[in-house]
Amino acid sequence: MAINRAVPEINAGSMADIAFLLLIFFLVTTQISEDRGLLVKLPPWSEEPPENLQINARNVLSVLVNKDNQLLVRGKPQDLTTLRQVTKDFIANPRKEADKSVDPTKAIISLKNDRGTKYITYLNVYNELQAAYRELWDERSNIKFGKNLEFLTTAQQREIKAEIPLVLSEAESTAFGDN
Amino acid sequence: MSRFKKKQSKASAAISTASLPDIVFMLLFFFMVVTKLRQTEVKVAQSTPAITELTKLEEKSLVNFIMIGKPVQKYQAVYGTKPRLQLGDKLATEVDIPLFLEKHKSTVPESRQGRITSSLKIDGDVTMGIVEDVKTMLRKSGQLRVNYSAKKRDV
Repeated sequence: MAINRAVPEINAGSMADIAFLLLIFFLVTTQISEDRGLLVKLPPWSEEPPENLQINARNVLSVLVNKDNQLLVRGKPQDLTTLRQVTKDFIANPRKEADKSVDPTKAIISLKNDRGTKYITYLNVYNELQAAYRELWDERSNIKFGKNLEFLTTAQQREIKAEIPLVLSEAESTAFGDN
Repeated sequence: MSRFKKKQSKASAAISTASLPDIVFMLLFFFMVVTKLRQTEVKVAQSTPAITELTKLEEKSLVNFIMIGKPVQKYQAVYGTKPRLQLGDKLATEVDIPLFLEKHKSTVPESRQGRITSSLKIDGDVTMGIVEDVKTMLRKSGQLRVNYSAKKRDV
């Protein structure tokens, strides 16, 4: 009884082919997810009409977008490229002008659009307003902690955001351009 | 000098391919891990705007997707060209949102339900009317964490 003790060698040459086949399959079906976006918090729904708050007009920056995607900021036509700077000036009010917000904690941005406004315009306007706040936060945290907001601890971030709170109120949109 | 030259053999040495499977497997595993098989067919146009202020969504299981856009070519004969809502793999209307949210919520452990985010994938050409209706519906359903899905743009 002679048993062949030698283990037969398995040909691994086709292993690469099999692996390649699988690899190509996954390559084709892969979509590296790009789940990124602008995170917002919607206000809770309430059936009751909002109470009439007495807000000093100088503390409100009204931003209107019409159905033709044009911008009106505080009654003046405005361009998307300058919106960020205007917003920053309004919130921080570095020269203490009488028609801009008393204090960053008092500032309110009021955004109103039409049902016919294009989403791309809306999101870009929202983006600019958010960017204005982000830049102010970064400036503030650089003064206080010497680094940008994203590198701070959660508690420090909260501290900065309490000094310059983001208050963005969205009014019910008008319906001039709805189709 | 000639002594050294003689020693070089003319036949090119066969490169061992034994490690090739290993390399390929490594690539394979990488793609297997990052792959997310597309379970849903996208039925509406999906060209999201590009913006600068982006946040990354952390956990996939805590996110539900609502898509809004013009139906793609294939479905235009049935659904027309007006912007529509897609929930999961079905074209739907705003009134279907609460049930859709509830279904997703039941897959999330109770302790983490407060962190559920709705990701709105909205085509840039859609007008705000339908978006507004969806937002109202989300607010009525108590789903307040919303992410406007977008692409990255520098400055």
